[in-house]
Amino acid sequence: MTINRKNKSKGRRNFIHQASGALGAIAVVSAGWPLVDQMNPSKDVEALSKIEVDLTELAEGKSKTVMWRGKPLFIKHRTNEEIVEANNVKIEDLPDPQTDKERVKNPKYLVLVGVCTHLGCVPASDKGEYKGWFCPCHGSHYDTSGRIRKGPAPTNLEIPPYVFTDDNTILVG
Amino acid sequence: MKKENIKNSGSLLNWIDYRLPIISMLKHSAVDYPTPKNLNYWWNFGSLAGFFLLVQIITGIILSMHYTAHVDHAFSSIEHIMRNVNHGWLIRYVHMNGASFFFIVVYIHIFRGLYYGSYKAPRELLWWLGIIILLLMMATAFMGYVLPWGQMSFWGATVITNLFSAIPLIGESIVQWLWGGYSVDNPTLSRFYTLHFLLPFLIVGVVILHIVALHTHGSNNPLGIDRKGPQDSIPFHPYYTVKDFFGLGVALTIFFSVVFFAPDYLGHPDNYVPADPLKTPAHIVPEWYFLPFYAILRAIPDKLGGVIAMFSAIFVLFLLPWLDTSKVRSATFRPIYKILFWIFAIDAIILGWIGSKPAEGTYIIIGRLATSYYFLHFLILMPLLGYFEKTKPLPSSISKPVLAE
Ligand code: HEM
Ligand code: FES
Repeated sequence: MTINRKNKSKGRRNFIHQASGALGAIAVVSAGWPLVDQMNPSKDVEALSKIEVDLTELAEGKSKTVMWRGKPLFIKHRTNEEIVEANNVKIEDLPDPQTDKERVKNPKYLVLVGVCTHLGCVPASDKGEYKGWFCPCHGSHYDTSGRIRKGPAPTNLEIPPYVFTDDNTILVG
Repeated sequence: MKKENIKNSGSLLNWIDYRLPIISMLKHSAVDYPTPKNLNYWWNFGSLAGFFLLVQIITGIILSMHYTAHVDHAFSSIEHIMRNVNHGWLIRYVHMNGASFFFIVVYIHIFRGLYYGSYKAPRELLWWLGIIILLLMMATAFMGYVLPWGQMSFWGATVITNLFSAIPLIGESIVQWLWGGYSVDNPTLSRFYTLHFLLPFLIVGVVILHIVALHTHGSNNPLGIDRKGPQDSIPFHPYYTVKDFFGLGVALTIFFSVVFFAPDYLGHPDNYVPADPLKTPAHIVPEWYFLPFYAILRAIPDKLGGVIAMFSAIFVLFLLPWLDTSKVRSATFRPIYKILFWIFAIDAIILGWIGSKPAEGTYIIIGRLATSYYFLHFLILMPLLGYFEKTKPLPSSISKPVLAE
């Protein structure tokens, strides 16, 4: 009888301990989250993330760099040779296999985030072994479709979300 | 009885000490503190490190009175410090070169520990606290270098924060969280400034723990054997205060020769070009004290692998007390370890040199060999050596060989 009651009160006590521990943990996590989340991009930074680019002045073979979300954006008006070259690779040979078609909306214009996928430097255009871009920081070579061919970068240059609003204008973001 | 004496002796210091025992605490830990009598000059570097930490904090607080942490003003506020603020050039050059000297001193301090086996029982936690200080210093110096907002500041910050993007799945979100945006920008600069201000004071806290751990079992010594009795010790003051001050004099002579005659020698000219997010300099390098780790990062041709190798290069130091299986502490009595120690030191210098070179051709091959050797040393050679090395006989006490000389 007494033992039974003791056990019962022990079980109750354990329950109270665990319940208050769990509540305490929830309180700490929910109080801590704002302190951590304040470091994420703020509303104004998020709001600045759409831009429009006019392509009328961009001659064949030339490229243009604009700022988007604090990063350079490369827009390249490719020559026919460059387009052919981008289509003439065996997809299986690529470190990050992707066809050129998957990477463009209009094959004439290649739109890329100009940030090396290795550690974030800005690659130089028309350089490197594959005549696309070359990143000087640790030696990554990209081809005329912005795909990684050689060097430490793990993936192809990123394609930002964009749409053609008319034949000569794109909206990025 | 004794307390009564102090209370009644009438001096102001005693009056204070009776109520707040700071004076007897200082006397206990910096005056009477019994120290092995055979310490050599390699034991100066601990107090030198403390000195340079103090210099960084004092000059840093002064710089912060004139510096503006905003992308539009940071670079020009540094030029303002250099040109307009009274003695601003001096204070900034002391802070800049003070960081370099802090690292030189701490690296020598660490290599002293490696040579004399100071990380072995019962000093494992002392060693751990030291590595934590090193990590905090690295974070502090990295964020400090971002503050002038030059080209190297910006691209160094970009490359180093991007290391975290190698983490699978959550890497990208972590990097945006660190940046407070989609690239290194004003939110990044302003939080780095806050943390750069804060971390040195955390270092002070860890240094205090480091010293508490040190004073619990006392200093190791060049022979690496425990003290047998009071005949093996001398009081810290005046013997080691004098020795430390002499070393400080030498260090300050070298330090101020650099500050006055070659203040930009250890820096990089590209950092006098304002940050440009659209143009990466052709050859970016970190500050010299990060070069060996940078070489290890680049030696691995895979992004995640490189990042893991770089962090492991420091974390392997935490395991050293258990990787080293030898019972003997000091390299003086370990003929093979003594050679391996110097090979390792040269390997670290080679890594530093490779880190400063572009990643191409033979540099890549040398970098990979040197990186392999770095890990070979800790993970294979140190554990095996304890079993195969024939160590020399240890002296029976510290006083023995000293008196025999
Ligand atoms: C562990 C101690 C410290 C280290 C290793 C360190 C390191 C550095 C480095 C490497 C720079 C860049 C120098 C340059 O190239 O211009 C810097 C800048 C700066 N630091 Fe520190 N620092 C330390 C402590 C502090 C403290 C405690 C403060 C403030 C309370 C501070 C305030 C500043 C300021 C305002 C700058 C920008 C001015 C400049 O770049 O010269 N630092 N620090
Ligand atoms: S950042 Fe481009 S190769 Fe490393």
